[in-house]
Amino acid sequence: MNILIVLIPVSICLGAAGLAACLWTLRNGQYDDLEGDAARILLENGEVPNGEDRQNPRPDKTA
Amino acid sequence: MTVAACPGCIAGTPSAEAAAQHIAENDKAIHLALPQIRCAACIAGVEGVLARLPSVKAARVNLGAKRVRIVLSPGYDASAALQALNDAGFEAHELDATALRPAGDDTGRRLLARAAVAGFAMMNVMAVSVAVWSGAGDITREMFHWVSAAIALPALAFSAVPFFASASIALRAGRMNMDVPIALAILLAAATSLYETFAATGAHTWFDAALSLTFFLLVGRYLEHRARATARSAAAELTALELPRATRLTATGRETVDVSALMPDDRIALAAGARAPVDGIALGAVMVDRSALTGEADPVAVATGGPICAGEVILGTPLTLRVARRAEDSTLRRLAALVEVAETGKHRYSGIADRAARLYAPVVHGLAALAFVVWWALTGDLYHAIAVATATLIITCPCALALAIPAVTAAMTGRLFRAGVLLKSPTALERLAEIDTVLFDKTGTLTEGVARLPALDAEAASVALALAQASDHPASRSLAAALQGQMPADLRDLQEVPGEGVCGLWHGALVSLRRGQEGPELYLPDRSIPLPLSETPRVGAAEVVSALRGRGMEVAMVTGDTAQRAEVLAETLGIATVHAAVRPEDKAGLVRDMAARGKRVLMVGDGLNDTAALAGAHASLAPATALDAARVASDGVMLGGDLSAVADTLRLARRARSRIRQNLGLAAAYNAVAIPVAVMGFATPLMAAAVMSSSSILVVLNAVRR
Repeated sequence: MNILIVLIPVSICLGAAGLAACLWTLRNGQYDDLEGDAARILLENGEVPNGEDRQNPRPDKTA
Repeated sequence: MTVAACPGCIAGTPSAEAAAQHIAENDKAIHLALPQIRCAACIAGVEGVLARLPSVKAARVNLGAKRVRIVLSPGYDASAALQALNDAGFEAHELDATALRPAGDDTGRRLLARAAVAGFAMMNVMAVSVAVWSGAGDITREMFHWVSAAIALPALAFSAVPFFASASIALRAGRMNMDVPIALAILLAAATSLYETFAATGAHTWFDAALSLTFFLLVGRYLEHRARATARSAAAELTALELPRATRLTATGRETVDVSALMPDDRIALAAGARAPVDGIALGAVMVDRSALTGEADPVAVATGGPICAGEVILGTPLTLRVARRAEDSTLRRLAALVEVAETGKHRYSGIADRAARLYAPVVHGLAALAFVVWWALTGDLYHAIAVATATLIITCPCALALAIPAVTAAMTGRLFRAGVLLKSPTALERLAEIDTVLFDKTGTLTEGVARLPALDAEAASVALALAQASDHPASRSLAAALQGQMPADLRDLQEVPGEGVCGLWHGALVSLRRGQEGPELYLPDRSIPLPLSETPRVGAAEVVSALRGRGMEVAMVTGDTAQRAEVLAETLGIATVHAAVRPEDKAGLVRDMAARGKRVLMVGDGLNDTAALAGAHASLAPATALDAARVASDGVMLGGDLSAVADTLRLARRARSRIRQNLGLAAAYNAVAIPVAVMGFATPLMAAAVMSSSSILVVLNAVRR
């Protein structure tokens, strides 16, 4: 059962990593336009000339 | 935001918000509403069109909100972008950024963060608990309890704050609410489990149950918040759509300008029923409706030279307003508050959720207290009695109940938003579901007036135009549109009598535009000229009538127009009941009579003369083209020109009601099984976890299925 000494911290760390990732997506405004992001995956790269995705990824954060 | 008292709004200092706006002016961001976008190709199209414009620095479409945010280079305005989008076939309207709420939704984000913490902690504790449930031995079991406590206590301390806060407010005020049993259950569960961790008596710990309870309740809270925020931002968007333009009177005539371009001492024309966009001085005696701002129902008389505040509605007479303060310095921002007043103040209708909550708290407390007393009396074991009471509180805690209503409301308001209907009031969905009678206004709602004018000489045309411009009645609007290009005559003492017409003095003689047998008639001092308007039914009018009748609803039409004209239209549309030649005040009376006969009336109307009926009806809808007074009074606004949205709205509202009932039934059935088990002391944490999750998921799935 000594393996638990390794496994429990590992499981907690994985959980914490997942939580951190989730909070990061939240802060990054990735839930602001779920419908739009679902549609954007259908766009080909470069279909939006000079789109601001590359320069300024999430403008709505400060709006 | 401070709300200045009305007479004080003329004086005072510019707000800090206005000053902040000047600083941000270098990189100006504007918002455009795009009512018709719905797919990936539209996103690419809109962003592509905008990216090619030299004035646009950046543009990003928000498909969910049907909006695009554009960052403009300094010195440009929205006109180029609007023009380019309209040329490319995308309908676009500019939104007033000052009336829009910030896009970032802090409350929602905080709720999601709390739910995320609770969710991740729940999963980890459950992973550990599985070992305990499957029978881990002494030392392992104790260690797992310590690990669970180490994860659960900080997570609970962060996630459950909203419930503790709300419960403590309620208790301090001497009231009970849903959050009191919830907070009590979480606290008791954490305390008994912590005691068990220290004492290691071999009893259960409830950390996972407390966490999953918090998690599911937070999800319900978030959905509720979403539905309410959608309604609020929809209302704010309507305000934002309404305000940016004003009609400025200049030496050469009328021009349409941005409200933000109005300078002190400009003169602007306001039609009857219009809302003042800026603070100003009335140049003429007028009645104003302050009810939306102050809650006072009676119109207030303002004498010539009296102050008018932004947001007040002009009644009866068209008015010329001398601008006292620029829009940024005005009480314009109060319109945000106004939207909230319109939302909350209208109906004191208590929704199913309120009634369920009122029933719930005493029942649960009573049961838990009863279980505690009986167990203590029977066994004399205080610790065990507390554990049973905790289990009762946790297991009866309304995971399914907390999700039952918000999940349905969120799903249905979202579906309605996509169908082009914005509901402003949270209880509107429930009220719409109870409708059995639909009352349509004729002019402007069932029909779109198209003026087909006889040949007029220049004199008559100019008088007709001046009169038509003074009113916002749909007939006047289409008349004014048909007479575009003429010079309006110089009329004085213009006055609109709702339901009658507009009159004024022309070279000292009375001229008027009144309702005649065949539509409006123009009365000049020496002759009268009928101006027949040919009315065309709005798109979807006949379909909506037959759809509603097919569902057994009573459909009626109400109009101030003559019986003859009304009946012709009623026959084409298949409406059996016609109330013709009804005066505006009688429209509200008609709605009251129908309500007194036990009918639940949905009023659909668009004009100043419908406002009282809209406010008095059980539920009300207005088309987006309606006068803003009518839109403020109604529960929902239909964005498209298509009337069939009425039938869709009622169908979805009924479906929402039956889903809510099914969900409450599911929650009740689950409690009927769970409560006896918990009270008898057989509940285990494993059982709580299984039942809580499965019932919550069941309820959510029932809400989102088609």
